[in-house]
Amino acid sequence: MHAPTHTYESFEPGSALSASPKEASAARRRKAGVRSALGLAASTAVALTLVGCTPSGDSGAAGSGDASANAVTLVVHDSFPNEEFEAAASAATGYDVTVITAGDGGELTNKLVLTKGAPIADAFFGVDNVFASRIVESDVVEPHRAADLPTRAAEFAYDEVGSLTPVTLGATCINIDPAWFAEHGVAEPSGYDDLADPEYAGLTVLLDPTSSSTGASFLIGTVASFGETGFADYWSRLVENDVRIEQGWGDAYNGQFTQGGGDGTYPIVLSYSSSPAWTVSEDGESTATAALLDTCSSQVEYAGVLAGAQNPEGARAVVDYLISREFQDTIADTMYVYPVDEGAYVPGDWQRFAPMPGATNDLSPAEIGAGRESWLKTWSDATGW
Amino acid sequence: MERRDRLVASPWPGRIGWAVAAALPLGFLALFFAWPVLALMATGFTDGGRVTLDALGEVFAQSRTWRVIGQTFAQAVLGTALSVVLGVPAAFVLYRLEFRGRALLRGLATVPFVLPTVVVGVAFTALLGPGAPLEWLGLDQSLAAIVLALAFFNVTVVMRTVGGFWAQLDPRPEQAARMLGASPARVWRTVTLPTLTPAIASAAALVFLFCATSFGVVLVLGGRRFSNIETEIYRLTVQFLDLRSAAVLSLVQFAIVALVLVLSSRLRGRRERSVSLHYSGRATRRPGREHWVAIAVFATTTVLLHALPIATLVWRSLRAPDGSLSLVNYAHLVVPPDGSRLGSTVFEAVGLSLRMAVMAAAIAMVLGLLTAFVVSRRPRSQRLRRLIEVFDGFLMLPLGVSAVTLGFGLLLTMHRPLGIGFDLRTSVVLIPIAQALIALPLVVRTLVPVLRGIEPRLRDAAAMLGAPPLRVLSTVDFAMIRRPIGLALGFAFATSLGEFGATAFLVRPGAQTLPVMVADLIGRQGAEHYGMALAAAVVLGVLTAGVMMVAERWRGDAAGEL
Repeated sequence: MHAPTHTYESFEPGSALSASPKEASAARRRKAGVRSALGLAASTAVALTLVGCTPSGDSGAAGSGDASANAVTLVVHDSFPNEEFEAAASAATGYDVTVITAGDGGELTNKLVLTKGAPIADAFFGVDNVFASRIVESDVVEPHRAADLPTRAAEFAYDEVGSLTPVTLGATCINIDPAWFAEHGVAEPSGYDDLADPEYAGLTVLLDPTSSSTGASFLIGTVASFGETGFADYWSRLVENDVRIEQGWGDAYNGQFTQGGGDGTYPIVLSYSSSPAWTVSEDGESTATAALLDTCSSQVEYAGVLAGAQNPEGARAVVDYLISREFQDTIADTMYVYPVDEGAYVPGDWQRFAPMPGATNDLSPAEIGAGRESWLKTWSDATGW
Repeated sequence: MERRDRLVASPWPGRIGWAVAAALPLGFLALFFAWPVLALMATGFTDGGRVTLDALGEVFAQSRTWRVIGQTFAQAVLGTALSVVLGVPAAFVLYRLEFRGRALLRGLATVPFVLPTVVVGVAFTALLGPGAPLEWLGLDQSLAAIVLALAFFNVTVVMRTVGGFWAQLDPRPEQAARMLGASPARVWRTVTLPTLTPAIASAAALVFLFCATSFGVVLVLGGRRFSNIETEIYRLTVQFLDLRSAAVLSLVQFAIVALVLVLSSRLRGRRERSVSLHYSGRATRRPGREHWVAIAVFATTTVLLHALPIATLVWRSLRAPDGSLSLVNYAHLVVPPDGSRLGSTVFEAVGLSLRMAVMAAAIAMVLGLLTAFVVSRRPRSQRLRRLIEVFDGFLMLPLGVSAVTLGFGLLLTMHRPLGIGFDLRTSVVLIPIAQALIALPLVVRTLVPVLRGIEPRLRDAAAMLGAPPLRVLSTVDFAMIRRPIGLALGFAFATSLGEFGATAFLVRPGAQTLPVMVADLIGRQGAEHYGMALAAAVVLGVLTAGVMMVAERWRGDAAGEL
C-alpha cells in the first residue's frame, strides 16, 4: 500500500497537465445547458466558480497526447522527486520533460500493462524486480541499451537486449532495536530462523506481501532461503511464533517498532538496510537500530522505454539521464536508496551505518515472475490471511 | 417576472427542461463512471474477443470468495447498525435541542467523516494496539475494531442526513400526542420514528455502501484476514492483474448496490409522505430531563468514539521525535527539516486540495441540484416514476463500486475520450471529477428528503396563481432547500477535501492533495516525517471543521427568511 519512500511536489497551475482551453469551453457549454434548463441563480454562481477554478493552462501537452516533437513524459512510482527531475532532466536532455505518478511498483506495472498500445507516457521508472518480468513479458517495453551503463548496472541488467535499465538498488532487511535486547537480557537475533524461535515469540512485525512491495521482497527472500517447498512451513512457524503482520511500512515501523518514534512495542521489524542511517544519535557516533544482514533481499528498480511511445527518441534520452552521474548523485538523498552507479554520491552516514548487504537472499526476475503468484497464494494459506 | 397565460402555454418547454436536467448528471455519470467501469469489467469477461463467463464459475467455486462476501456483509451490517443507533440520538441533540456551542459541535462532529482513513487507522491503532492505553480491551486487529472505526466515520452521515430533515419537522404532532397522554417512548415510536424513517433509510443506505466499500480501515485495522470485496478487488487488480476475478467481484458489488437501493426504497416508499416541513415556530427546545437518553448516548459517542481517537492523534502530533511536547512537527510542515528534500510545503498541498475541492463541490452541486429536483418529482405516470427510481439508483452506484475499478477503468477509456484533443488519463482534471462522483450521492441524499417533503399543493397553488414552472421552482422548491443547500455544499466540499481512495488510484501529476500527502509522509523513513504526517492530518481536520462551521453559519442566516 505504501511505498517505502516518498517525495511530494507542488502543483503548478500552468503545468502541462492542466486543462486545455477546449476543456474550459466544454465546461462553459455545460454551464449554458444548466442555465437554460433551470433558471437557478445559484447554479449560475456555482457554475461560474466551476469555470473560474479550472486550472487555466495554455499548454495542451497532457501525457503523451499532444506531444510536440520536444515533449517527453516519464511515469514514475510514488517515491520520485517529480519537479526537481523535470527541471534537471529538461536542462540536461534538451527535451521538455514532464513527470506523472501512477502508484507504487505493482500498481504502476499493472497500469502500464493495461494501457499497452496507448501508453500514458513515453518512458517509465519504478518497476522493481518483483514485477519486472510481468512488464517485459507483456511486451510493454521497447528494448534500449544505454550508451554509458555503469558497471554495476550491467551486473543487475535484466537481459541482454536491455529491456529494462536498472537505476536504483536497495535491500529489505530485518531491523532490530539492540538496546531493547540488552535491557531484557536476550541475545540479539541474527537470522531467519531466530524469528521463528520461541525465544523471540511476539517480538516481530512483518509486512503483508500482497499489499507492500517491501513485504513481497521479504517473502521472496524466504523463498530463496528455504526453497519453494520449505518457505510455507517457515511462515507457519512464524505465525505460531506470534509475528504481527501489518499492511504498510509506516504502520509497522512507525507504529509498532520500539525505535519508530512512537509507542511501539516490537523490537524486531521488517525495514531496509538503509534504515539504521535514520536513527543515528545526535553526536553522529552511533545508531539506535541495526539491520540483520543475513535476512536481506535486493530490490532493484528499473526504468525503460514504453512500446508505442509518442517520442521514443526523447524516452531514450530520459532513461539515459536516469543513469547519468548527475542524476545518480541525487538518488540517495531524494529516494533513500542506493544509486546503481557505484561511483555516485552516498551520504557518509550510510557508508558507516547502512552499508549495502554483501550476500542477499535473491532470485532472478524470471524466477520471481514464474513463481510470484503461486507463492502469494501459498503464503495466504500458510498464514491464514 | 412576466406573467404568462398558463392555459395556452405548451407543456413542452417544461418537459424539455426536465429532460435536460436529468440528462446532464446522467451524461456525466455515463462518461466518467459507467463507461470506465464497464470497460474494465468487459476485459475481464472477454477472452481474445469472445465473451466468456467462465470466470463466474471459477471465482464462485473458491471458498475465499464466499468468505470475502460474508465479511463484507458482516462488517457493513454491523457498521451501519451501530452508526444508526448512535447517529439518530446525535441528530436529535444537535438539531432539535438548543444550547450554546451547538454550531461548533455540529462542525466538529463532521470532522471524523472526512479524516483520511490512513490517519484514522493510525489513531485507532495508537488507542487499541500493543502498548496502547486501551490494549486491555483486546480489540486490536479484530472485527470489533473495524466496526468501531466504520461507525467513527459514519455516525456523522446519519447525524447530518437525519438531522437536516429533523430540524425542519413540525413539532406540533409530537406535542399533541404528549398532550393526549402518550409517553415519550410511545411518541417516539408512533409519531417521530415513522416520520423520520425515510431520512433514516436514506442515511442507512449511504452508510451501508460506505461500509461495504471501505478500504483503508479494513486493511490497516484488520489486515488481510478481514478482507472485504473492496480490498480483494484491490489485491486482484493491483497485485495479480487478475481482471477476470476482479470483474466477477465488481458484479457482486453492483448486486449489493441494487439490493441496498431496493431495500431502502421499500423502507422509504412505505413511510414517505409529505410532511409539513419548515415549521415557522420554534422547533428546537432547551435540553430537559426527558432527553437524558439521547444526551447520554450522544455524549458517550462524542467522547469515546470520536474525541478519544482524535485526541490521541492531536497528542501524538504534538510530540517531537524525542518524546518532548513541542510544535516542531507543525514547524516542519512549513520549513522542512534538514536533510529532508521535500519539494513543497503543506501550504501548497492545502492550496491544491482547496482548488480541487472547490471544483469537485461545484460539479457535485450543479449536478446534484438538477438530480434532486428530478428525483423528488412524483409524476402521475407509473412508468415515469419507475424511470426516476432507476435514475436515482444509478447515481448511487459510484459509492458502491470499487475505487480501484474506477481508477483502472478511467485509464482504459480516457485516452482522448469522445474525440477530444488530449489525453485525459493523465490530466489533473480527473481528480475533481472522481471526487465529484463520490460527493454527488451525498448532495442528492441531503436534498431529496427535503424536496420530497414539500407539500405538492404548494406547487399547485403557485401554478394556479399563474407562476410559470420555472418560477414555481425558484419560489417554492428553491426557497425550501436554501438551508439544506448550504449543508450539502459544505458536505460536498469537505468530502472532496478528505477524499483519498479515488484520488490515490488515478494517475497524477507530481502535486499532491493533503490526504495523499499524509499517506505519503507516513510511508517515509525518518521519525520527523511521521510526526509531520500526524500534524498534516490535524491540519486537514481543522480545515474541514472550519468549512463545516461556515456552512452551519450560512444555514443559520437563512433561517429567518423561511
